[in-house]
Amino acid sequence: MKTFPRGGVHPPENKKASGSPIEVLPLPKVVCIHLAHHLGAPAEPVVAKGDAVKAGQLIARSTGFVSANLHAPVSGTVQKIEPAPDSSGYKRTAIFIEVQGDEWLETIDRTTDVINSKEMSSADIINRITQMGIVGLGGATFPSHVKLTIPKGKKAEILIINGVECEPYLTSDHRLMLEKGEEILIGAQLLMKALQVNQAVVGIENNKPDAIRHLTELCNRFPGIRVEVLKVKYPQGGEKQLIKAITGREVPSGKLPIDVGVVVHNVGTAFAVYEAINKNKPLVERVVTVTGKTMNRTANYLVRIGTPINELIEAAGGLPSDTGKVISGGPMMGRALPMIDVPVTKGTSGIVMMPVSESNRRTSLNCIRCSRCNSVCPMGLEPYLLMSLGEAKRWDDMEIAKVMDCMECGSCSYTCPSGRPLLDYIRLGKTSVNRIIRSRSK
Amino acid sequence: MSATNLLTVSYSPHLSGTESVQKIMYRVLIAMIPAFAVSLIFFGLGALVVTSIAVVSCMAFEYLINRFMLKAESTLWDGSAAVTGVLLAFNVPSNLPVWMIIIGSLVAIGVAKMSFGGLGKNPFNPALVGRVFLLISFPVQMTSWPKAIESRLAYLDATTGATPLAILKEGIKNGQPLSELMKEIPGYAQMFIGNMGGSLGEISALALIIGGLYLIYKKVITWHIPVSILATVGLFTGILWMIDPGKYADPLFHLLAGGIILGAIFMATDMVTSPMTPVGQLIFGAGIGLITCLIRIFGSFPEGVSFAILIMNAFVPLIDKYVKPKRFGEELKNG
Amino acid sequence: MNTVVITIISLSVIGGLSGFILFLIAQQFKVFEDPRIDDVEAVLPGANCGGCGYPGCRGFAENCVKAETLDALFCPVGGNDGMVKVAAALGKEAVVKDPLVAVVRCSGSPDHRVRTTQYDSVGTCEIASILFSGDTACSFGCLGLGDCVKACTFDAMHMNPVSLLPEVIDGKCTSCGACVKACPKTIIELRKKNKKDRKIFVSCVNQDKGAAAKKACSVACIACKACVKACAFDAITIENFLAYIDPAKCTLCRKCVAVCPTDSILEINFAPRKVAEAEPVAIDNQAN
Repeated sequence: MKTFPRGGVHPPENKKASGSPIEVLPLPKVVCIHLAHHLGAPAEPVVAKGDAVKAGQLIARSTGFVSANLHAPVSGTVQKIEPAPDSSGYKRTAIFIEVQGDEWLETIDRTTDVINSKEMSSADIINRITQMGIVGLGGATFPSHVKLTIPKGKKAEILIINGVECEPYLTSDHRLMLEKGEEILIGAQLLMKALQVNQAVVGIENNKPDAIRHLTELCNRFPGIRVEVLKVKYPQGGEKQLIKAITGREVPSGKLPIDVGVVVHNVGTAFAVYEAINKNKPLVERVVTVTGKTMNRTANYLVRIGTPINELIEAAGGLPSDTGKVISGGPMMGRALPMIDVPVTKGTSGIVMMPVSESNRRTSLNCIRCSRCNSVCPMGLEPYLLMSLGEAKRWDDMEIAKVMDCMECGSCSYTCPSGRPLLDYIRLGKTSVNRIIRSRSK
Repeated sequence: MSATNLLTVSYSPHLSGTESVQKIMYRVLIAMIPAFAVSLIFFGLGALVVTSIAVVSCMAFEYLINRFMLKAESTLWDGSAAVTGVLLAFNVPSNLPVWMIIIGSLVAIGVAKMSFGGLGKNPFNPALVGRVFLLISFPVQMTSWPKAIESRLAYLDATTGATPLAILKEGIKNGQPLSELMKEIPGYAQMFIGNMGGSLGEISALALIIGGLYLIYKKVITWHIPVSILATVGLFTGILWMIDPGKYADPLFHLLAGGIILGAIFMATDMVTSPMTPVGQLIFGAGIGLITCLIRIFGSFPEGVSFAILIMNAFVPLIDKYVKPKRFGEELKNG
Repeated sequence: MNTVVITIISLSVIGGLSGFILFLIAQQFKVFEDPRIDDVEAVLPGANCGGCGYPGCRGFAENCVKAETLDALFCPVGGNDGMVKVAAALGKEAVVKDPLVAVVRCSGSPDHRVRTTQYDSVGTCEIASILFSGDTACSFGCLGLGDCVKACTFDAMHMNPVSLLPEVIDGKCTSCGACVKACPKTIIELRKKNKKDRKIFVSCVNQDKGAAAKKACSVACIACKACVKACAFDAITIENFLAYIDPAKCTLCRKCVAVCPTDSILEINFAPRKVAEAEPVAIDNQAN
């Protein structure tokens, strides 16, 4: 079974929610859509306070190449456009829509039968994806059309569909593969057409045997697409690790996957592409796992973007009384939320409730130079050194030690026997080095 | 909203693995049990007294220094003081007087460890610093080795004899031929199980290797340092032995005699004072092996492992500076 | 006897030869430096705090010697007196600046600003501010982790353990600006130093609308404009729902302090106001 050769850890999987089929969450009363929803430039509103909108209607326009459109996930009236806290607690401008009914634009096909008859040219596919506001649903929210627009001089050879879902607790991709497998593969086919490649590989970790079986069977009908079963190891779902495991190619430091001829998209993104092309539907909803050790009930909800997170938690039985942390995303790379009424975004893959007993860090001791952090780092960095340099504010030395290659997977902090906050200082270093790099190019 | 608690906000990852400093130290203590058992079998009362005094005094000094000098929290529970105590005991003869052991503990913990900032900050192996301090300050007591088995019920008044390495060193200085000297040392099988003179912990290669395999199995150490040390010693002495078997002892003798296996498995592998990368560790081990052989064969001390390890400890920052792990996506020079 | 003589001679020769070689090398690699740099450095405070914007006092001295005029050069630690000495050493004109002092513009102690989350990562403001907006409902206020205190090399700042806010010791503050740079939320400002260390300033940096600001902290500025109306000197402006008192125009009359409904404007080192005598109340026998 293939895997990536260096580094990686094995956190307990806790995939409690993998048996919960996707449920549609009832509509909220108000949705809040932040303009800075995705990586890149924030979108610009095209509606104003008081406007009536239908679900699927464009409400904010992309403001550059690396930017994306935003569409109304609900029908109703624009309540206000003003700063509201996002998952970091900082206030950023957001569009609030008061929900009234559930009326969609007539051009959108809301049926659920599987269609695979659309024939579109590569350029049209990319165009539609751009218009429909598709961004990476793996969590990074990188505008997908940017990945599909191959720069001059580079060529795509393989498309990889990321069905790994290596984070503990999260099961939204798993359920999507089980319930919408055919649609995902149709989406993959469309992406292959857009990239003009003839082979695609769906990477799935070995802890999802039902999904592997289902998709392998479906692949018989889709020439050029195959399933690659991968060893369960975190962070197999990281783009670079996935490419290395499946193709053996290593993306060079500072470069992108396209530089080794590969493009990677999440299964959720492939599904969104299918809906965009075949149903003319923009990206306005996604599957979010709601789970946690102390939750009585777990669920995988199909949620409209902008729904306040507390509504998902209420629907799944409410916040357990001994909850210490609410995490947006998975427990290894996700964000601990300062308040739970922040909205679901295109990048919210799950909400994990952690009990108080597991919410506090261990006391941090001196580094005992055991080099476990070195051996688990998938990028071959030296976290112990980066933390020492970060404490001493030696940003130039951190840049030389390749801190910018860090993918912030958290394997180092996870493993450290002394409980040292390695990733905290690495993030500080990345922020500071970024500032220095930007001031250099000015 | 949460009923009773405020939500906690921290950076990811929000999970921790199960490794801890305490677990690592306790695994090391467990790995030292076979060697300790053998020392009780061969050195009896002396071994018991020396080890317990060393452990207790190391832990006491760490507690006292933390509480009264540094006014910091006690770090006794992490087990590293106990490990230093046992390793210090393993490196001294089993008839060492109590007050010398206590001085050794004071130097090992106070000077070599706490004065640098506690666990993780020391550049030199604390037990070895204590041992070398004792060797240089009290050369007579530190080189009077109780005879195995004979001195089991005695402590300070144990009958003493020379270690195999000392026999060789003295004999060659006196001009005796090698073949005669080799008759005076116990057979290799005896040396392997530990029936020879030497410090508490170094005598039984068998017990130490069992401990070493346990440590490798539990992922406390990796094979790189022990194998590179022993391979270098074997190679160096092997080459000399092939050149002149009448003058130089064979490599198997060098591997079984003295503290090279104790050093290779328990002392040099101390994670705080060894390099961070596998390649760095190989270089480190090779250096130790080389310096040990040079001291043993050309130097004036019969045994050189302690000095070799301390010297290479000083090189570790240099090794770590230049030997870096292979980065993901490192551009190949020719590709 | 011979040994002693030989030893003395040989060591003396080696010593003398080594000394001579060192002398030659020192002469060969001598760096010529303008002697005025040493003169200027001698009159500088020697704190090497970087407040002037140059690397250390020597760096500042070099730039003073190099520069045509001293207009753009100022050592905040030495202040005006120090610059006069520098100017004298170089025969140039010294620039005169108003002395400044660091002011912490936040009063969000736990009794005014409720904690809404628990922070559990590295205890520095820089790292905390990258993670989230803070452990209270005010996303602009002081995080209380003390990066400013650590940055101060003059021992002029300390953290108040009750209010969890930093406090400036006016006598020791040299307005070097290290704390201003250290604060990721730009809460600390260098303001004009007045007589008797008197200060009047808006102790708030919250840019939320009034209702939201008040909800987060009871002494927040709610941009009600009462202070703007009260100020006879046009010293107060409101931007982004936050009032700001211009120290250049402020005359320390204290009228704004009296009218602020949330006690957001602070007056420091003033004599307490006289309490107005209660007016006699007329008794109205015909009232119901």
